[in-house]
Amino acid sequence: MAEIDTSGGGHKKGPGVKKSKKLSTRVDLTPMVDLGFLLITFFVFTTTMSQATAMNMNEPKDDPDQQLKVKNSGAMTILLGKGNQVYYYFGQLEADKLSEEFKSTNFKDVRQLIVDKKKSTPIDDLMYIIKSDSTSTFANSIDILDEMSIAAVPPGHYAEVDITPAERMLIQQTELANGIK
Amino acid sequence: MPKVKIPRKSTNVDMTAMCDVAFLLLTFFILATKQKPPEVLAVTPPSSISSKAAPDKSILITFTQEGKVFLMLGDDTKKSDIIDNVNATRALGLSPGELAKLKKSEFIGLPFNQLKSALAAGREIPAGKMDGIPVDSTNNELADWLRSVTNVYAGEDQKKLEQMLLVKGDSKAMYPVFKKIKQALKKNEIYKFRIVTNGEDVPVGSEVYIESKK
Repeated sequence: MAEIDTSGGGHKKGPGVKKSKKLSTRVDLTPMVDLGFLLITFFVFTTTMSQATAMNMNEPKDDPDQQLKVKNSGAMTILLGKGNQVYYYFGQLEADKLSEEFKSTNFKDVRQLIVDKKKSTPIDDLMYIIKSDSTSTFANSIDILDEMSIAAVPPGHYAEVDITPAERMLIQQTELANGIK
Repeated sequence: MPKVKIPRKSTNVDMTAMCDVAFLLLTFFILATKQKPPEVLAVTPPSSISSKAAPDKSILITFTQEGKVFLMLGDDTKKSDIIDNVNATRALGLSPGELAKLKKSEFIGLPFNQLKSALAAGREIPAGKMDGIPVDSTNNELADWLRSVTNVYAGEDQKKLEQMLLVKGDSKAMYPVFKKIKQALKKNEIYKFRIVTNGEDVPVGSEVYIESKK
């Protein structure tokens, strides 16, 4: 019977016959795997997961006939000033009690204040009035609107209003007193 | 006592399967990541808890930290109509060649009085050197641009326009710039628009968090 020689070397085939060495087709894949995972790690770390989102804005029509009357007991005015400072007062400011009523806070603490006000006021009376000073930043005004959605204040219960010169003065005085630059 | 012989096994593992997985994952990640369009204007938007993704196709008003305003007309089907409309309503007198150049540019960031000379010069001005579109109360050119936008979209679905109108601003920009942009929008009776923000997680324990868990 014919025999096929499958053994890899060892004995001579015959005189004068040069045996070609059988090379293994196996390649060491370890470096390739290393490279593959290196690239994966690179891509995973370099891709930013943050996706741009869009926040809805609804502006009111400037109609003087439809000015909304707000109950003093339900209103909280939030003012935004320089250096991420937040000022607030409830109801209306009275000239003789300015220092008691006009308080300053920051973005961290204002969240609790908003929630407290929401819990202590009947929902129909509730109104947050947001006033941004010209020294505040765009991020401030977005942050405070975001605070409104974090506190789940229903739309229509907060509004952006222009700041009055008197309030601007008050902010400037408080800033001076607190040394905010 | 007979010795128990433990057969020596080769430590070589077949790497083919692992290699396959690695490259499969690699291809997946490369194909699944969306390439960010190169941003000419360096703007870091503020963060909000809103989770709605910003649309790709949009009419985007961008303002930088210095308060320069730029307009990007992302809807290619309407872009040339809007530019033609501005050219006509503001009597800019741009030649067809200049108009074509303006339509090709990615964003608009020049006042009307500089537009013609800049386009005629042919050289492209880098975004940092542009003055931005004026938004002052006396000379609110952004309002003119937006009027043309509303003119062009007049017969269309207004909901679609609302969805497309985006305002993107740098967190460090001052508030008055944003206010002027709002005024420009309001002048054209656009009361609903959207603001581009970076997504942020809802703070645990907050009112909205509790409501979402209900």
